[in-house]
Amino acid sequence: MKRVVITGMGCITPIGITVPEFEASLFAGRTGIAEFGILPEAVEGQNGIRFTRMASVTGFDPDQHLSTGVVTATNLTAQFAIVAARQAAEQSELMKHYAPEDIAVILGCSCGGRSSEEIETAKLYYRNARVHPLTVTRTMASAGGSHISIDLGITGPVLNISTACASSTHALGQAFHMIRSGVSEAAIAGGHEAPLTFGFLRAWDSMRVVSPTACRPFSADRDGMSLGEGAAMLVLESLDAALARNAPIFAEIVGFGMSADAHHITQPQSDGAALAMRKALKDAGASPDDVGYINAHGTGTQANDTVEAAAIHKVFGDRAAQIPVSSTKSLHGHSIGATGAVEAIATVLALHTGQLPFNAGVTTVDPTINLDIILNEPRPADPVRDIALSNSLAFGGLNAVVALKRYR
Amino acid sequence: MEEATVEQRCIAIIAKSKLIPEDSVTRDQTFDELAIDSLDKINISFEIEDTFNIQIPDDSIGSLKTVGDIVDGVIRLQHQAAVQLATPAI
Repeated sequence: MKRVVITGMGCITPIGITVPEFEASLFAGRTGIAEFGILPEAVEGQNGIRFTRMASVTGFDPDQHLSTGVVTATNLTAQFAIVAARQAAEQSELMKHYAPEDIAVILGCSCGGRSSEEIETAKLYYRNARVHPLTVTRTMASAGGSHISIDLGITGPVLNISTACASSTHALGQAFHMIRSGVSEAAIAGGHEAPLTFGFLRAWDSMRVVSPTACRPFSADRDGMSLGEGAAMLVLESLDAALARNAPIFAEIVGFGMSADAHHITQPQSDGAALAMRKALKDAGASPDDVGYINAHGTGTQANDTVEAAAIHKVFGDRAAQIPVSSTKSLHGHSIGATGAVEAIATVLALHTGQLPFNAGVTTVDPTINLDIILNEPRPADPVRDIALSNSLAFGGLNAVVALKRYR
Repeated sequence: MEEATVEQRCIAIIAKSKLIPEDSVTRDQTFDELAIDSLDKINISFEIEDTFNIQIPDDSIGSLKTVGDIVDGVIRLQHQAAVQLATPAI
């Protein structure tokens, strides 16, 4: 089986619309979570939402990157996807070195073109107005993958995976399997979402899991998640091919684990998350002692962070409290199907630069979780333990964990 | 509606759809010349229908080739609608 490495990355996030911008914000602890004011769709000038902050992408103008035809035919979610994929492909010089049919595009997107769906449905339901003819192409969750393939001319397999908050980690794992086994020579893997619509925010508000302040994972006073949006894409290929063409290598993917809690549609259970982490380590041929960093799912909800901490204790036993852990959602928010890929990039940057991103916003670490949460500033990476896990634990108990390794 | 007004409005819709200046669109231009593809055609037809309160038949959309075809089609459909309104239901 082939060794798989990451040779390109691209992102559009609330803390940067290129990887260098994202990296600068990540290690400076600059958050993208901000007040969002009254939404244009708000009824009678009132949002009717308990929370007031979210993590929006700023400074992204699709017209600067895409033709009018593509902008017209797409929702913001696919526009994020195309531009992030271009960044990743350019960095790795993907299209110069691989035949189009040898490249796969494996993405995670759970929400589809949410704003287009809401706007057109509202027009139909409340004004009996006609539905825009491009609604289908704007709303289909697979549109991002299709547009990337069209934009870059990729003719290999294109898949979209929808597993809620684990979508893009599942996509990354699927792409990893495809490269490792030789099904594809190279892949663009990642995720994209633009779900910050009035209806979506109200739906989350009704679930009462969004922070009225700001997401601060593992903090004793944490009070929920902060919703986000964006896209993150990674180029995967075999180590041999990357070396042969002298490509930049940012990290190696060494393992992938998946599991289902088989328990509850919203309440997580630690056994499921622990199983996914164990499977990722086993797949990597690694032991718990090899892990030097965990990028946690860390949503900032009471339930997730407690259960995820319990899962880490189950897997790592006595070492659990010594492993540096952070959740970067306190910076870029929770972008649902895209968040796993955003966090994978954060983890790759940690391995590549040798500094571990910190967990912003924490006042006092929850004493019941008994983990080594990285606070206040980036921490130097362990020079020996060079494997990092990136956890994604979705609603519905769908867990995906990718094991990444420093390449040297 | 005056033919010149119909033409002006159609051109405005096409220009807006393609993000090009209105004065760069003329009646005799073909869709190929304006890089209007099948998806653009559906999009423009939708806006035309809304603007003029008409229904463009499915089989007509395929035969539209020029800006003038759109203008002529709108005038024809408006005329048909006016005739129907003037004819009392039995």
